[in-house]
Amino acid sequence: MRLFKKRPYISIQKSTSQNGPSVPDGMFEKCPQCKQSVYVKSLGQERICPNCHYAFRIRAQERLALTVDPNSFSEWDGEVHPSDPLQFPGYEEKIQNVQINTGLREAVLTGQARFNSIESAIGIMDSHFIMGSMGQAVGEKITRLFERATEKNLPVVLFTASGGARMQEGIFSLMQMAKTSAAIKRHSEKGLFYLTVITDPTTGGVTASFAMLGDIILAEPGALIGFAGKRVIEQTIKASLPDDFQMAETVLKNGFIDQIVEREKLKSVIGQLLELHVDPEGTVKEESK
Amino acid sequence: MKDVMSIVSSARKTDRINMKDITSLMIDDFIELHGDRVFKDDPAIMGGIGKLNGRAVTVIGNQKGTTVEENVQTNFGSAHPEGYRKSLRLMKQAEKFNRPVLNFINTSGAYCGVEAEERGQGEAIARNLMEMSDLSVPVLSVIIGEGGSGGALALALSDEVWMMEFSIYSILSPEGFASILWKDAKKASDAAELMKLTSADLLKLGIIEKVIPETEEKEVLEKGYIISNMKKAIDEKLSELVNVPKDELIRKRYDRFRQF
Repeated sequence: MRLFKKRPYISIQKSTSQNGPSVPDGMFEKCPQCKQSVYVKSLGQERICPNCHYAFRIRAQERLALTVDPNSFSEWDGEVHPSDPLQFPGYEEKIQNVQINTGLREAVLTGQARFNSIESAIGIMDSHFIMGSMGQAVGEKITRLFERATEKNLPVVLFTASGGARMQEGIFSLMQMAKTSAAIKRHSEKGLFYLTVITDPTTGGVTASFAMLGDIILAEPGALIGFAGKRVIEQTIKASLPDDFQMAETVLKNGFIDQIVEREKLKSVIGQLLELHVDPEGTVKEESK
Repeated sequence: MKDVMSIVSSARKTDRINMKDITSLMIDDFIELHGDRVFKDDPAIMGGIGKLNGRAVTVIGNQKGTTVEENVQTNFGSAHPEGYRKSLRLMKQAEKFNRPVLNFINTSGAYCGVEAEERGQGEAIARNLMEMSDLSVPVLSVIIGEGGSGGALALALSDEVWMMEFSIYSILSPEGFASILWKDAKKASDAAELMKLTSADLLKLGIIEKVIPETEEKEVLEKGYIISNMKKAIDEKLSELVNVPKDELIRKRYDRFRQF
């Protein structure tokens, strides 16, 4: 017995005039930290949330434009390609797709540039490329960055942003932690300066290698910094964690970074720090030419 | 030939050769040394000094328990930052007294917990890697069970890395790997197949130099026999490494990892 008779659906035509003025796509962005919708233009070139001052994730090229002296950058090792050491199913296609979608070849850009007229080696990781994960190509470029800087007596400024290891490259990804740390040691033994700038997010094998090895470590406000992911820890301890867990501000209190510097001030702080580490005899400037 | 997932389970067995076996059967006059001199002693990593065929050595390794109580005490071999800092203190001490270092690895990974993060798990591992890269004494690492992630690598930036036949060495546990890539930890056995984490695969890939056999013609060897074979192999390797000039030793170690 049917108690209720199914009614046919009635489709109602949406009237556009009642919706008011339409908002074009891309005019507002949600701040990942304070969850407010922010008018894109109010983020400014630096891409900083006007409400909570969170520094949005930016691309390597944007970072370059914000940080180094105009037209002073020359790229190193741009030809280094991702490799597929385990011949992991689907990895090659994934790389190709990401390369097309992002216009990037890998998750780090390296080279030489000037900060306030001081020559330095520079590396910028880009979280838009498979979450900035570290495989052989990233490890190779960072290792070469330190090796060439050691050869040319240059300081290194490295912006980190990474979810950690590139899973598809398996054990070879793990080896990059050893390779990069060893190159940093040689650079350090020569008395050269390494400045790390930790940006959102920096976790896993990158935290457990070059991100934590700077002579001075700066971080951007609100950056996530940690070894294990929050979800993994919550699963391990079977409890939820506070929002500020692994935030730069907490990591500063715990004693693992030197300072939090707002994006607008980074360029001048980096310049100042480099200047304090220029060899008084001027070898840095001479040999780098 | 065992399938990969059964090798993973073998690697995790609690009755495998452990640090207690090694420090009693391989090392003479072992004296355990505790603490990182900064925060506390981490029982997940055991360390000390003793003799191997008359040669003074520093011995460091993960201690997994054989019972639940022991595992609670040693945290299943997953170290906190103080464990890595203890190991680095002992390696630096070994360098001072020109003693070779032997590391025995059996950990699913560095511990993922709130306090581990607060005390700088990432920094502790990174520091080990950087300092081990130019330690001026021979360093030999043997993976005796699980060799998981950065927590294992932090004791494996060595002149040579060896594995026991049924141990594993990987970027992450197969479960973790499957859950990151496919959001499904149940696909662990698919992951294990693809990850190349067995001693045979890693030897082929050049990630390790040697496999310590646990079987002979499919017969499982007895613990004491495996340990005495391992002792002989380690002794031979150390006799060779102690004669390598220090700068050459460090350069070769650099090149070993540079090739990856």
